[in-house]
Amino acid sequence: MSIQLIRQAFNGNRPPPKMWRSHELKEQYDVVIIGGGAHGLACAYYLAKEHGITDVAVLEKSYIGAGGSGRNTAIIRSNYLTPEGVRFYNDSVKLYEQLSDELNFNVMFSQRGHLTLAHTDGGVNTMRRRAEVNQIEDVDSRLIFPDEIKSLCPSLDVSDHPRYPILAALYHPPGGIIRHDAVVWGYAHQADVRGVHIHQNTEVTGLKVQDGKVTGVETSRGHIKTGTVLNATAGWASTITAMVGIDLPLTTIPLQACVTEPLKPFLDVVVVSGSLHVYISQTDRGELVMGASVDPFSSYSMAGSLTFLEGIAGHVLELFPSLSHVRILRQWAGICEMPPDYSPIMGFTPINGFLIDVGWGTYGFKASPIAGKTLAELIATSKTPTLIAPFRLSRFEENDLVGEKGAAAVGH
Amino acid sequence: MLLLTCPNCGDRNVSEFHFGGELSSRPKDPSALSNAEWANYLYMRNNVMDAQTEWWHHNAGCGLWFLAERHTRTNEVIKTYPYAKRDA
Repeated sequence: MSIQLIRQAFNGNRPPPKMWRSHELKEQYDVVIIGGGAHGLACAYYLAKEHGITDVAVLEKSYIGAGGSGRNTAIIRSNYLTPEGVRFYNDSVKLYEQLSDELNFNVMFSQRGHLTLAHTDGGVNTMRRRAEVNQIEDVDSRLIFPDEIKSLCPSLDVSDHPRYPILAALYHPPGGIIRHDAVVWGYAHQADVRGVHIHQNTEVTGLKVQDGKVTGVETSRGHIKTGTVLNATAGWASTITAMVGIDLPLTTIPLQACVTEPLKPFLDVVVVSGSLHVYISQTDRGELVMGASVDPFSSYSMAGSLTFLEGIAGHVLELFPSLSHVRILRQWAGICEMPPDYSPIMGFTPINGFLIDVGWGTYGFKASPIAGKTLAELIATSKTPTLIAPFRLSRFEENDLVGEKGAAAVGH
Repeated sequence: MLLLTCPNCGDRNVSEFHFGGELSSRPKDPSALSNAEWANYLYMRNNVMDAQTEWWHHNAGCGLWFLAERHTRTNEVIKTYPYAKRDA
């Protein structure tokens, strides 16, 4: 990274070349990925880099990173509840740790530590269980108590004055935040360099299926012939899958977040409270990024609401009373397709050649590298990698769900 | 959507209501279902980006469970009515 910087400084070649190019839509591609977010672009990158499959189109109806990849609160962690989940997200954290070097682009991954607060006995028990599962899977994660919480985060009110006093916390040192746009752009650039076609403003309007096999994709810019299609459209996943006549166990619900005016640096951990439905971190610019749980009813609308803002402000002040004069700069919403067990759905479907990477609910961004990598392997070898076998679509009729609600419902 | 019309109580703030998910039909003969059909009833959803018929519960009011037709892209409520008055 640094040598590249020095070289750029001396070669006079600025502004830097375009990070990805525009192309005419070809008539045929080996693989078509629907959805130009971090997942779709990561999959395209690993297909090209690790499997030599470069005849790939990534179709994005808006600009790349316009959906969940650019709307999440950029938290990365692996302290989940089920062994399957912990193993999967931990491999993702490991890939994120190497990502700046891998993509030759600074994604600003700051592993500043992640605190999940518990305010009830039930909450403490869940944290204890998560810590045990995490440690068995070799993830740095442990239960800590108010004295240590105070030393890690002095501005937090750990007294017994609040309505929900802090009893303990799950401390996860490798957790942190990242620059999510950089992840999208880095993957896009490296996929583009290897010959992947990124088509922005290209909306999928239909899918062609013959004899139970995918044969083509209809788009707003014309028809594409292909035998392999990956649906990586997150919140819109059901609308794409409906084009081949499959229902998914998903309900699309908005998730809102907001950001405050910049403050002097005071918060160098990520703080999450499941009971208070809030998570908060301070960016390198000093702004506080805050989010809550999903909205109370399903919708594809990305409008923000005052109800959300009132709720989150009250909850943040329970934790940080000193923030009472801080102003909110802006708020936004993204849409999340929630599966019943809070675990993703990845891999094959009853339609031959139609693959899914969906069910990412409120925890998709942190899985981008490993989701892309494992799905690239699945596409290249036609075999499901062991790591994602628990997340197959058929688990619902096999009654083999991966219940992750205790660690994924709020604690991003 | 800030207001929802309860068939009993009229226009009320949406915060008085609890969302009950999209309307689905119960299996007629549950003991005859295969695992796939059970999974279909329990978990699979249409999740449309369009007008959707769905359940609402006026839990901070009269307690009625009723149906609403709402567009899930715009949140525009087309109509609300009691379950008994649905088109069967």
